[in-house]
Amino acid sequence: MSLGLNLNIARVQLLARKRQTVVAMLGVTFGIAMFILMISFMKGVNQFLQDLMMSTTADIRIYNKLNTDYSTSLAGRYFSDPAGKWIIVRHPKPKQVNLNIKNAPGIVNDLRKSDRILAVSPLLSSLVIFNYGPVQWAASVDGVDIMAEDKMFGLSAKMIAGRTDDLLRMDNGIIMGYKLAKDLNLAPGDLVTLTTQSGTQLRCRVVGLFKFGISTMDEFRAYINLASMQQLLGKDRDYITDIRIKLKDTREAKKLAAVYARKYGYTADDWEVVNASIKAGNTIRDTLTYVVSFTLLVVAGFGIYNIMNMVITNKLKDIAILKAQGFTGADIMQIFLSQSLIIGIAGGLLGLLLGFLLSFGMSRVPFPEDGYVSIKFFPVLFESQYYFFGMLFGILTTFLAGMLPALKAAKIDPVAILRG
Amino acid sequence: MQTPVLEAVKLNKYFHEPQEFHVLNDVSLTVQKGEFISIMGKSGCGKSTLLYLLSTLDTDYEGTITINNTVVSGLNERALARFRNRHIGFVFQFHYLLPEFTVLQNVMMPAIKLGALDTAAIEQQAMEKLQQMQMQDLAGKPAGKLSGGQQQRIAIARALINKPDIIMADEPTGNLDSANTAIIFDIFHEIAQQGNTIITVTHDEDFARRSDRIIQMVDGKITG
Repeated sequence: MSLGLNLNIARVQLLARKRQTVVAMLGVTFGIAMFILMISFMKGVNQFLQDLMMSTTADIRIYNKLNTDYSTSLAGRYFSDPAGKWIIVRHPKPKQVNLNIKNAPGIVNDLRKSDRILAVSPLLSSLVIFNYGPVQWAASVDGVDIMAEDKMFGLSAKMIAGRTDDLLRMDNGIIMGYKLAKDLNLAPGDLVTLTTQSGTQLRCRVVGLFKFGISTMDEFRAYINLASMQQLLGKDRDYITDIRIKLKDTREAKKLAAVYARKYGYTADDWEVVNASIKAGNTIRDTLTYVVSFTLLVVAGFGIYNIMNMVITNKLKDIAILKAQGFTGADIMQIFLSQSLIIGIAGGLLGLLLGFLLSFGMSRVPFPEDGYVSIKFFPVLFESQYYFFGMLFGILTTFLAGMLPALKAAKIDPVAILRG
Repeated sequence: MQTPVLEAVKLNKYFHEPQEFHVLNDVSLTVQKGEFISIMGKSGCGKSTLLYLLSTLDTDYEGTITINNTVVSGLNERALARFRNRHIGFVFQFHYLLPEFTVLQNVMMPAIKLGALDTAAIEQQAMEKLQQMQMQDLAGKPAGKLSGGQQQRIAIARALINKPDIIMADEPTGNLDSANTAIIFDIFHEIAQQGNTIITVTHDEDFARRSDRIIQMVDGKITG
């Protein structure tokens, strides 16, 4: 009963000073609109960078980590000094090790049975010198199962000449980054010679060119068949150094990496470990967004606080007369707090709309073309949770900003005012 | 038949700012039902202070006030607000209508707050009160647009809406010209004759002379 009357009084008073109400509302509107725009854009940038990164990074990579711990030596065991106290080998030379994963085909087959995994791609990679006429160029060549690699990173979509499966049709075919091809002045159909560090050579025919939009990929990466790579390095058909996994749910990477590391006895890194700098960038952008949005909302909050304080100073007589008529302090608080909240909710809803329109507009602005980055428009994400949080922050801010003046109004002594 | 509607016993009040000052000194007072009382005295004698004590708006005092068999001294803020809403009607010197609301809404507001009747019944009663003040033609006008005399008549209608036990008026003609003062005189006289209990603080000798009883105050004491 009282609430209805109090809300009605609040409404009438708000409508009686439209301009002031609109100004207070616009403060909240702009605060929330900027929050929506900033968070949608920043999250869009995060998503874009993560997608870019994921286009070249596996969710989980299993590999045999090179042991660089030289503190123990066989010499101790040989001379019956198991504690290693008496026999010290100073400055040992690293021994010759094979970095391959033993029983790699078994592990690959085992992984392919899991229903959490989308693709498994074995890899044997090496740095080689490309010879084309007098030109020499060092680049990394990945020996892969091209169909699995395509499933992992969507290679087909990034081909600008030839097709991924041409690699299977051609004996000793090679697919390379378009900038690498440009540097070597190669075109599809040309023959190029690969030379390894140990001096072995392989002549390959260029069958395709790809463009990732990342210069480390486009300028320094090529793909050949796994068997060709094993042949080039003089290894057997089971010699594989890395197994890369794409999961159905990327978020499981951390957990599953630990599981696989334990199960197969090799190091397993998830994508978050490999790309810690991207994660840090995401955190920094998120923090920036929240700091700026918080500042905007605080400014809007101060606007409301000021206006409500002014309103209450102008309404001292009305407050006194309401109290004389039998309105309690709580009623008075309701009247003025609900005015703040009406401003907050109306301004907030407008802010959501404006924020959406601004974000939408931004997502339609063409991104400056530079040939490196494969993006057409500014990246913007549209997620309902940003709008929910925007509204929540808006209401919270106006509630806090309205609370202090409303409390002040509730405590006003009517006698002092009525006596004049 | 004499029924006391208000009884005040040994009221004492002090002002602490700007310096310690004993405003009311052992004031005792009984008001019978249907009485029209004027409190008179020089500025600063404590007559307005007494009125605000009796009206329950001011709670910082010593002594006991009983209105309509309820001891109001010591009641909490919520209970006092409810009590004022039901039992006391106010008329102030500066009329104090809510300017954003229409005349009718101003008159209806205490009754809506009380919540004893539905809106239609309240509206009908409010119109009756306005007719009594001959203000019915202005019912739909915003209160802020009216003259002082008109506002004061509406304030009286508002004070009557909940059929209060006592109507308290603080210098009801203090801010009006002589023509309007005469009208307000007549209205007070009329509502007093209808059996309302009225306590008014006034400077106006003519106004006081038409009341049932005049209480003279000097330096915080009732002298007659």
